[in-house]
Amino acid sequence: MVLTKRIIPCLDVANGRVVKGLNFESIKDAGDPVQLAEKYSNEGADELVFLDITASSEQRETIKSLVKKIAEVIDIPFTVGGGVKSLQHARDILLNGADKVAINTGAVKNPEVITELMELFGKQCVVVAIDSRRNYNIEKGKNIFSENGKQFWFEVFIYGGKKGTGLDVIDWSKKIEELGAGEILLTSIDRDGTKDGYDILLTNEIVHAVGIPVIASGGCGKPEDMIDVFKNTEVNAALAASIFHYETHSVNRVKELIQENNIPVRY
Amino acid sequence: MVDVAIFDYGAGNIFSLKTALEKNDANVDIITSFDQSKKYDGLLLPGVGNFDPAIRSIRDYSALGFHDFVKEKIPVLGICLGMEMFFQQSQEGKEKGLDVMNGEVILLPNDMKIPHMGWNSLEITKDSKILEGIENDSWVYFVHSYRAKPDNEDIIVASADYGIKVPAVVEDKLFFGTQFHPEKSGKVGSLMIKNFLRVCSK
Repeated sequence: MVLTKRIIPCLDVANGRVVKGLNFESIKDAGDPVQLAEKYSNEGADELVFLDITASSEQRETIKSLVKKIAEVIDIPFTVGGGVKSLQHARDILLNGADKVAINTGAVKNPEVITELMELFGKQCVVVAIDSRRNYNIEKGKNIFSENGKQFWFEVFIYGGKKGTGLDVIDWSKKIEELGAGEILLTSIDRDGTKDGYDILLTNEIVHAVGIPVIASGGCGKPEDMIDVFKNTEVNAALAASIFHYETHSVNRVKELIQENNIPVRY
Repeated sequence: MVDVAIFDYGAGNIFSLKTALEKNDANVDIITSFDQSKKYDGLLLPGVGNFDPAIRSIRDYSALGFHDFVKEKIPVLGICLGMEMFFQQSQEGKEKGLDVMNGEVILLPNDMKIPHMGWNSLEITKDSKILEGIENDSWVYFVHSYRAKPDNEDIIVASADYGIKVPAVVEDKLFFGTQFHPEKSGKVGSLMIKNFLRVCSK
């Protein structure tokens, strides 16, 4: 048996509740994070990702206790992110029961923090989350692609998808790997919340650009989308939120369908 | 109640391991030195951190050394890095290992994604106290960049298939090592922890 593909439910949390938005906006309530985490863990999720999407500094203590409560009820790996900027903040999260810290805006603002985290906690603890959006203003020096006759490049966005950085996603992925990231959580803003399926083009490019594991995220609306991303890319894991939250599909059922398509999963 | 200690190198999540032990009715202390007045029934070397700093935290801050603390009487479970430290040396660092198992720790082949991260199945090749009740092909969670290369392959009781065979569980006398993380491996992992605690209680 080769290493299995990982299926990762994601909990986007705002003010202590799991929420789900469309294209990073218009948010709706999806339940209690501790209950959902336990349910997914029992249903056979391979890992969990928890993102604090409000990520304000006043919330740090609340998040710490929430992380601890979740860590108490699950026995699978657990990544926590959202507003992580400093070593101390990352340390708080890890010591309260998370296995990995996801860092996004903080890594763009201060890339050295990736190396510092890696040196202190090891590579496997450091997930860099990258939010990618197509930019149709062609610039020199970017990796240019074309789709339906239109040319574009993939730009790194920060602050929850609100602000462009001018960074090319492919170049940024290579850079963070050099700095010591252990994994990339790659979200396509173009697809996020659309339920149109994962961004195969983007995912393929990043998987081939780096030697560290990549998690595909954004756009999953049905189990077939996961099958599609595993068949068409060599991505290591697929993350999804809404297909699990609203009882549309249990984690078990999704993995059963994936396995029927000859994709190796833990079942 | 079984009294066990987790040695904290100060480098990451040991909360999950503590919780997993407590769920199996152990009394757990987190220690940063072997200079303890309390007697423990078992010791755990957790799987988070880097080789050299972890070895230094074990070696440099206690009057009593690891070998004197363990005295070949206390069962020790080394998880991931904790297991790697059982060997004589590792390509991850320059420090000498704990040298309770002969052999070295080497980097995984670079044609695979490193760190190697995810669920793989166990091929159980020998009877082992900590694998009692665990079925062949059970799923466990790995996250690592290095692997053990024991001089004596008889200490390998289970392996995982990555294209190459990677030692997944090693056992020698009272030293037990897992390359994967039992505290992150669902019910199967919890059973291994229970098995280890049973060894400790004897």
